[in-house]
Amino acid sequence: MIEVRDLVKTYGDVTAVGGISFNVAGGEIFAFLGPNGAGKTTTIQMLTTLVAPTSGTILIDGLDPTTHASEVRRRFGIVFQDPSLDGELTAWENMEIHGVLYHVPRRTRHERIERLLTLFQLWDRRDSFVKTFSGGMKRRLEIARGLLHTPKILFLDEPTLGLDPQSRNQLWSHVQQLSGSEQVTVFLTTHYMDEAERVAGRIAIIDRGVIVAQGSAAELRQQTNTESLEQAFLALTGTTIRDDQADPAAQMRQFAKIWRR
Amino acid sequence: MAVIYILWLRELKRYSRSRAQIIASVGQPLLYLLALGFGLGPVFRQAGRGSYLQFVAPGVIGMSILFTSIFSGMGLLWDRQFGFLKETLVAPVPRLHIMIGKTLGGATVALLQGLLIVIVCLLAGFRPAHLSALPLAFSFMALIAVVFAGLGMVIGSSLQNMQGFQLIMNFLVLPIFFLSGALYPLSNLPAALAAVTRVDPLTYGIDGLRGAFIGAGHFGAATDAIVLSVVAVLFLMLGARAFSRIQI
Repeated sequence: MIEVRDLVKTYGDVTAVGGISFNVAGGEIFAFLGPNGAGKTTTIQMLTTLVAPTSGTILIDGLDPTTHASEVRRRFGIVFQDPSLDGELTAWENMEIHGVLYHVPRRTRHERIERLLTLFQLWDRRDSFVKTFSGGMKRRLEIARGLLHTPKILFLDEPTLGLDPQSRNQLWSHVQQLSGSEQVTVFLTTHYMDEAERVAGRIAIIDRGVIVAQGSAAELRQQTNTESLEQAFLALTGTTIRDDQADPAAQMRQFAKIWRR
Repeated sequence: MAVIYILWLRELKRYSRSRAQIIASVGQPLLYLLALGFGLGPVFRQAGRGSYLQFVAPGVIGMSILFTSIFSGMGLLWDRQFGFLKETLVAPVPRLHIMIGKTLGGATVALLQGLLIVIVCLLAGFRPAHLSALPLAFSFMALIAVVFAGLGMVIGSSLQNMQGFQLIMNFLVLPIFFLSGALYPLSNLPAALAAVTRVDPLTYGIDGLRGAFIGAGHFGAATDAIVLSVVAVLFLMLGARAFSRIQI
């Protein structure tokens, strides 16, 4: 479903992603783990047509996102790491716009909006402006929105950041169900090892733009001779704390760069 | 169509909900009308040009449409800042539809704002010469709105952040306004200024409005309409191109 070969992205002389390759099969849940600034988000941005790769190839369901952006976009849903809601609109309106953007027919759309908002316990607040929501509520709304159209591939970029255990549990049960019964392929990044261990069939660990190991949680533990995925992760990526220097793109932008071209 | 409609509707909802902003947006035009209308009125009358309030009202209407439509295009910067832009850019819809929805939304909002200022002008004492020309005046208002919503889209797509805002304001938006003949007649200008006013698209918009409202056009309605239409098409094409190139 997702095939990536020698994928590279550089911003000036900063290498965000330095030649990674992996495959994700249909219906599989694939977790991308890595310290801050490892290149997780940049990879997702390239897979989801938001950023053009410097070199290397990507195939999403057999299609190249750089040349078939529109077809590729029809195949996936994404929950971004950063907020992407319109705070001046209500929860319901945010869902409605998303449904229209993804061509979900009106009747199905309204049924699904109700079902998802109820699932993530936002139905009572459907007519409140999103700007009045708490961080956790916004996060839940983003997730509900990402699930509104039934995508073949679901990208989840640190979806549980700032969520309480109940909502996390809700999310992962739902994701497992999607992958199991509806054969949705899930590509996720997270900082929570227990989550990756719980839901992911396969895990790739990325550090400084390269994949340092991949396999099931059990395989990674075996490879590193450790007891838990957390220990395996630390064994592979070291224990030093990374500077969270945002993403290289944001850094570039700061360099007094007002005009893009 | 559904996509264009919903993004258009989004702009209208955002506008209608920002009450404080709507009220604030009446302030500046009112100041121009009253301070300049009455302040420069006596000089203008002595020069044998009639009422300055009558003269400047179409200029003030054009000004509010200019500001509202350009800033609606620059609203793209807010969408970028708050992440909503990403949501639309990864959607499986042609970027052109997104751009059209946003631009038409911005233009509609600017037109509504213009109508609001027409009412303000009427309250301040402005009297259109013939009511039969009002539909023509409204058409010119719509044209101005489309032209500058298109330009706003070009700017909004090309800027990365709000740092460029002052630059655009001082070196583009304000010159467009001050060099448009909104505040002064186009006849007998120094050659250099006359030349500059003629490359400013707003000049033709305000001239069209003035022709329709008070029968005092300089170029004639046909010329005004043709120039504005051509510029509108040009800006919309540039806007579509700039928007299609946006990367996050």
